[in-house]
Amino acid sequence: MQELIVRAKELLASGQVARVLGWKKGEHSYDPEVAFFNDAESLQDFVYDGFCGANLSKYMIEASKLEGKTLVFLKPCDSYSFVQLMKEHRVDREKAYIIGVGCWGKLDVRKLGAEGILDVEIAGDVLKVSSLYGDSEVAYKDAMLERCHVCKGKEHKVFDETLLESADTVDLDRFAEVERIEAMSPEEKFAYFQSELSKCIRCNACRNVCPACSCRKCVFDSTAFNSEQKANTTSFEEKMFHIIRAFHVAGRCTDCGECSRVCPQGIPLHLFNRKFIKDINRLYGEYQAGADLEEKAPLTSFQTDDAEPGADRR
Amino acid sequence: MPVTENWKPTIVAFCCNWCSYAGADLAGSSRLAYPADVKIIKVPCSCRVNPMFILRAFEKGADGVILCGCHPGDCHYSTGNYYARRRMTLLFSMLDYLGVEDGRTRVEWVSAAEGVKFSETMNSFVEKVRALGPNVRLGDLRCKN
Repeated sequence: MQELIVRAKELLASGQVARVLGWKKGEHSYDPEVAFFNDAESLQDFVYDGFCGANLSKYMIEASKLEGKTLVFLKPCDSYSFVQLMKEHRVDREKAYIIGVGCWGKLDVRKLGAEGILDVEIAGDVLKVSSLYGDSEVAYKDAMLERCHVCKGKEHKVFDETLLESADTVDLDRFAEVERIEAMSPEEKFAYFQSELSKCIRCNACRNVCPACSCRKCVFDSTAFNSEQKANTTSFEEKMFHIIRAFHVAGRCTDCGECSRVCPQGIPLHLFNRKFIKDINRLYGEYQAGADLEEKAPLTSFQTDDAEPGADRR
Repeated sequence: MPVTENWKPTIVAFCCNWCSYAGADLAGSSRLAYPADVKIIKVPCSCRVNPMFILRAFEKGADGVILCGCHPGDCHYSTGNYYARRRMTLLFSMLDYLGVEDGRTRVEWVSAAEGVKFSETMNSFVEKVRALGPNVRLGDLRCKN
């Protein structure tokens, strides 16, 4: 972590960057927040540890409009989102100085198995949790976010320089859960999603955090959207929110897993996106959004001999 | 909803203006029968069908939704139906994933000369949806029952 701060201070001092986009100490040790740092002094609050799961790519949309360059720290998976945003002309590469930071898996507070957590000390492979109800220890690996168990790889897709070493974290099949649901009967499938989605409180956190959900105008916001299919004039929007959102990001979702990370209700929202990704890979060839700038997106291109809808399920 | 002998499914058919709607016309003028349960909505092109249209139809109580367009390669706008095909493939697969049976969704390519195909398609689709019974899922994806 210190080397990140040292490097950030150097770049600020040399005038190469006007500000730093990173993570700042939160109220507790386990809730750092995204922050801009405008001077060397404010960097004393900078942190980078296992709890810094937040993807900073989306914040670069606003930062691209500011004067001067912004130093941004991107983890390997965040760099996919950044490339995807470049592809969609939402971020300005010239306005970003990207330091690719190593990643060894990020943590999910919910997996610590404790309530009333006061402090978490990351001691190598072990997390020492102290809560109102006593102390406990959890293995780092057991508290990792689901997305880290199915990591896309530790290679940065875009960077100016890299710092810190990554460690491999993959130990699960990315599509295993999707396949498990696919094998269910229609009744079971619906029962499963009914129980999960009934928890939704429509806080919109999943949309707000999603790098792909960065349209200037969102169907879920404007009552004057000026199109007949506007989703938000009736309860239709409420009811179909998740499927509409998943479809809007289909083919653009990099599977960064932020939606599931921020959901206050713990709904596995990535299962929608991953279903689309699985189908796209199977039907239209392997495609990873954000892997490169040139490849055509699956939903804005076609082949004359594409599969017919439902042909493989009849 | 109790399923009775007389239960009739509500079917929404999106038909493109240039091929399938004309195909439906031909079916009519050729006096070919297809069930009156099919409500046709004319769209300029199959590509005009936003996935939300399909969801909205289900939300409003449709038991089955079918999309008809020009044969691939014959689109009036050259390539519209190719895009529609990808979108619907993904959407219908997603609906299947959520528990809406496969038989309730279909895409069929019907040209302006295929009145017979239009009538046969509608007959077989309605039959299939009737066998599945009323759609009880997807009225509300956030799932109040």
